[in-house]
Amino acid sequence: MTRTLALVCGLMITVPGLAGEPAVRVRPADLQGSRPLEKQTETSVVRDYLQSWRSLQEALDQNQAAKLDRDFIGTAREKLGSTIESQGRSGIHTLYTDRSHDLQVVFYSAEGLSIQMIDNVEYEEKVMSKDTVLATRVVHGRFIVVMSPSETRWQVRVFQAGSN
Amino acid sequence: MRVREALLAYLLLPASVAVAQGLQVPHTVPAGKSFEIATHGSGKGALIIVGPGQALRREVQLGTPISFAAGELYSAGHYLVILGEGASADVAEFDVIPDHEAKSLGFLAKPSRLPVNTHNGISGAVYVFDAYRNLITVPMPATLELAGAGSAVQTRIVTTKNGMAWTTLDSAAKESAARFTARVGNISSTRIINQVPGDPCSLSITAKPNGTRLEVQTAPVRDCSGNTIPDGTIVTFIELAGNSQTTVDVPLKQGVATINLPAIPGAKISAASGVVAGNEIRWEGGR
Repeated sequence: MTRTLALVCGLMITVPGLAGEPAVRVRPADLQGSRPLEKQTETSVVRDYLQSWRSLQEALDQNQAAKLDRDFIGTAREKLGSTIESQGRSGIHTLYTDRSHDLQVVFYSAEGLSIQMIDNVEYEEKVMSKDTVLATRVVHGRFIVVMSPSETRWQVRVFQAGSN
Repeated sequence: MRVREALLAYLLLPASVAVAQGLQVPHTVPAGKSFEIATHGSGKGALIIVGPGQALRREVQLGTPISFAAGELYSAGHYLVILGEGASADVAEFDVIPDHEAKSLGFLAKPSRLPVNTHNGISGAVYVFDAYRNLITVPMPATLELAGAGSAVQTRIVTTKNGMAWTTLDSAAKESAARFTARVGNISSTRIINQVPGDPCSLSITAKPNGTRLEVQTAPVRDCSGNTIPDGTIVTFIELAGNSQTTVDVPLKQGVATINLPAIPGAKISAASGVVAGNEIRWEGGR
């Protein structure tokens, strides 16, 4: 699934969701004196983060932790992997469908190894047992996301939600 | 009348409890703390708690409170609670919030080595986690401290925002292996920052005859703070005699570089290291 994201430095950009795609809004970075963020870096970070939601969706729906490996690392990978294991034991799977993201980069570390982002996200959570839907809810959450660069992409290291 | 009673009962519920049809769940649960979910009805059922951070399933007796022990639900995030399935399922939501006690730090310090006297040359960012590796999002003071031998300790106290605090510091005037420590509550993490001499500040050479050759030597080479430049730093000696030029790179040894050059009357000899050029000597054949 390819998503084209246009970013213009210093401007707030909204990309309306295509069919099945979440709407994405990227607010100007609020870095408060940390390392300046190049437009190209921001574009890559946002692109890779949005792709991580695809991996999360597939992994938690199919209970296949290996699908997380490209996009998640460290604490985020461990916790999501553990959730998948527990879901399997409990006989459930969960379909997370992101409907909209409102993103803002809030920190970029001086050595370039860590980017922190806030995502006010709306997603649908559908909990299923085989093909039976146990429950469906639309959730508005505020995720704190920490990403770090690997050889080829930005990976999610911290992925922590609270509600709005 | 029954509607009125039901409304009254609802209004009298504690504000921190969310109610789905047959479920009463707390609005928030601190990570790793024990809690209870109240159920109504009778018979048995399956209760599921699920979010991106964790999933739990428990076979329960309806009509009795369901207790979750400390450490059972610990991953911060938003959770659905489901009792039953399909249209008849009771569903509630709640949040697990990070504990407020720091138990581990993720400390990024840069660089591991830098020249002395570099303004804002050292940066540190610290992420603060609870015992369950949840980022602690309530603001808390983080102390970032740089201490090296023979230098005043630099301390910054920064309040965390979204679980993170950062600062920049100057490197000291004297070379040393400094300890860069991040501390939150009783937890600390330390990185070693090697503060090394900067570029040479000046270069001075002298020459004396040594048989048919000329021994040229630098004075001890130091940076602008008086630190001796490390051995191995290259000093380039140049001898110009008529149309011929001799260039020799010599590494510093104990702060000094020495070379033997042909003693050619009228030759001009100079030296350079980095961006610093030394004095020029004109050899007049020992006169």
